[in-house]
Amino acid sequence: MLKTFPTGGVHPPENKLTANAAIQYLPVPENVAIPFSQHIGAPATPVINKGDHVKTGQLIASAKGYVSSNIHSSVSGTVTKIDTVQETSGYKQPAVFINVDGDEWIETIDRSPEIIQEVKLSSEEIVKRCVESGIVGLGGATFPSHVKLTIPSGRKCEVLIINGIECEPYLTSDHRLMLERGEEVLVGTTILMKALKVDRAMVGIESNKPDALSHLSKLATDYKGITVHGLKVKYPQGAEKQLIKALTNREVPSGRLPLDVGTVVHNVGTAFAVYEAVQKNKPLFERVVTVTGKSLKHPGNFFVRTGTPLSRLIEAAGGLPDDTGKIISGGPMMGKAVNTTDVPVVKGMSGVVLLPRDESVRMEIKPCIRCAKCVSVCPLSLEPYLLMTLSERSLFERAEKERITDCMECGSCSFICPAGRPLLDYIRLGKSTVLKMIRERNLK
Amino acid sequence: MSNLLNVSPSPHIHGTETTGKLMSGVILALLPTLLTSVYYFGWGAIIVTLTSVLSCVLFEYLIQRFILKKPESISDGSAIVTGLLLAFNLPSNIPVLLVIIGSFVSIAIAKMTFGGLGNNPFNPALVGRVFMLISFPVQMTSWPVPAGFKTGYADAVTGATPLAIVKEGISSGEQISILMEQIPSHMQMFYGHMGGSMGEVAALALIIGLVFMLFRKIITWHIPVSVIGSVAIFTTILWLVNPEQYADPVFHLLTGGVLLGAIFMATDYVTSPMSRAAMIIYGCGIGIITVIIRVFGVYPEGVSFAILIMNAFVPLMNSYIKPKPFGKEVKHV
Repeated sequence: MLKTFPTGGVHPPENKLTANAAIQYLPVPENVAIPFSQHIGAPATPVINKGDHVKTGQLIASAKGYVSSNIHSSVSGTVTKIDTVQETSGYKQPAVFINVDGDEWIETIDRSPEIIQEVKLSSEEIVKRCVESGIVGLGGATFPSHVKLTIPSGRKCEVLIINGIECEPYLTSDHRLMLERGEEVLVGTTILMKALKVDRAMVGIESNKPDALSHLSKLATDYKGITVHGLKVKYPQGAEKQLIKALTNREVPSGRLPLDVGTVVHNVGTAFAVYEAVQKNKPLFERVVTVTGKSLKHPGNFFVRTGTPLSRLIEAAGGLPDDTGKIISGGPMMGKAVNTTDVPVVKGMSGVVLLPRDESVRMEIKPCIRCAKCVSVCPLSLEPYLLMTLSERSLFERAEKERITDCMECGSCSFICPAGRPLLDYIRLGKSTVLKMIRERNLK
Repeated sequence: MSNLLNVSPSPHIHGTETTGKLMSGVILALLPTLLTSVYYFGWGAIIVTLTSVLSCVLFEYLIQRFILKKPESISDGSAIVTGLLLAFNLPSNIPVLLVIIGSFVSIAIAKMTFGGLGNNPFNPALVGRVFMLISFPVQMTSWPVPAGFKTGYADAVTGATPLAIVKEGISSGEQISILMEQIPSHMQMFYGHMGGSMGEVAALALIIGLVFMLFRKIITWHIPVSVIGSVAIFTTILWLVNPEQYADPVFHLLTGGVLLGAIFMATDYVTSPMSRAAMIIYGCGIGIITVIIRVFGVYPEGVSFAILIMNAFVPLMNSYIKPKPFGKEVKHV
């Protein structure tokens, strides 16, 4: 029996079109726009000026505060301006615009191909290197990794969990990374274990990636304390709390962190970025992005420099198909639809999914027939139909009691609803209002 | 170009299930029962079912169009399901006019006055059926004997249902073992060869429908299993206490509307609870009330009343019986 989380979940069509497409290096674009905020927390403060020449890997904006992250240039070139750029959320964010010339890297980066397995840095040095290198969680949440690697005194991490689930349909960037850079991912895991002072790490991989599963399992025999686990294919298997439950049978309580049950979870992409930062001294300025869609000529996986506009990625995958109705940054369950291909690639972007026009329009909204499917698919045992009604009627105190803030917005309820009701839209509205209420109450 | 792209919040994909497909699934699950009722009751089954379905659909269309002035709703198929279920709760020789009145009560009073699909607190088909039972008790309890197409719609030979024979017999002091010889065998009952309302007689056909709906994930096992289980347990206890006074559990499960009720009526989405724990309590409530009415009440049959009574508790159950929250047990590390 494969491990899985017990309550709820859905089975969207997997559509992993690019599962066999080896990662290619996307050519460096002529121009990039690198946002100063590619992470959760305060935007970084620019440390360069218009007209400056920067090298690939050079620090261009430094973290502002503890929950923030450094930003490095992904290209070498001249800073043409510091202005705003529309990013995936639809909002404009300050960014540095660089006109690219060649690809000159800073000298401190080790560009040799060989894999360095021996970890020389101490725990503290590893955390420091993650801070310097601007490492954030690459699973999508982009939470600065050093915060998760710093265990408060009196607390203990018992097991590190490496998330290789990739339960979003279409996306294959983590899959390819595990397959092609498995050794680096496992060294990265060892580094994370050292930083957290744990002797046990579990790598979770959904069983729809048998090649990655057997590859990493084989490699892991040479790494002390690392075990690789196949998990049942079910969305959202890769959600942090669900993955912890599936692997360790521990439930992270409402409003608490994985560390409260003795676990820390990092994505395989993050483990790879940590490897590069610690062993190769390479800051985080490129990542794997899946560019996919049923109508694309050459869907694929690409190593992409941050700040590259989406249009370049889509060109590399064969150009924008005529029937494109929606462009999603991220996966189709939790990603964000964008209205322009000028949006730059950021650290947290795992994929670009193009949906044809007929799949991009929502269903007509019909009355709720109270079939209870939303209740049975909710992985957090919430009652989406009720939360929607409460939000619709502005009954926010009641919504708070019904645990609306527990919702992680996985979208299973809206996905399953036979009446096409926009459950998650209303739950988001209610959740943000309730969170605001709670903040105001705490201020008093 | 940008104005050609759709932008909306996630999720960006949707499952294949729709209200219409679910209702078609229920209709498909009811087909074996429809076929057996035609086999056993001939023309009567065809006439009553057609009248019921057509008038339910027509009433919903007219009310939606001319009174509520809302977009049409009959294409979701729920009126067809109500029509079929109402017909299955009627004897096959009931006059057409009464069927139309029952359909009107089901759709106009029990469903549309509350705002249509999704808003009615009581199962529409059962409201129609109980209204007819109380208003036209003679016509509603004259049950044609299964004769297929050998007799016509109007001239069907009628007889009592096994439940009524046993109820009548016990109250006049007869023993179960003697009464059992006057009614069809358990095996005949399983195939549906007995008097009764059109859709309740054939256990086999109903169970095929149940298996299909479970397989197709239209319903979960919680309600049917808890209704059937609680009837079985309660009647087994009574039977063990005094087998000459109380009928055996298999008899109770195969007669009357237990299976039709448990599989198709109690599982009605709109009028059943939302959480699985509540579904089980709801199902057990139906089972227990059914047996109480059958064994201790005036009516030989109590499934309809039991479901309607438990329907009334659904809002209360939805407020107080919640799914078990994720992450309640804190294991401190």
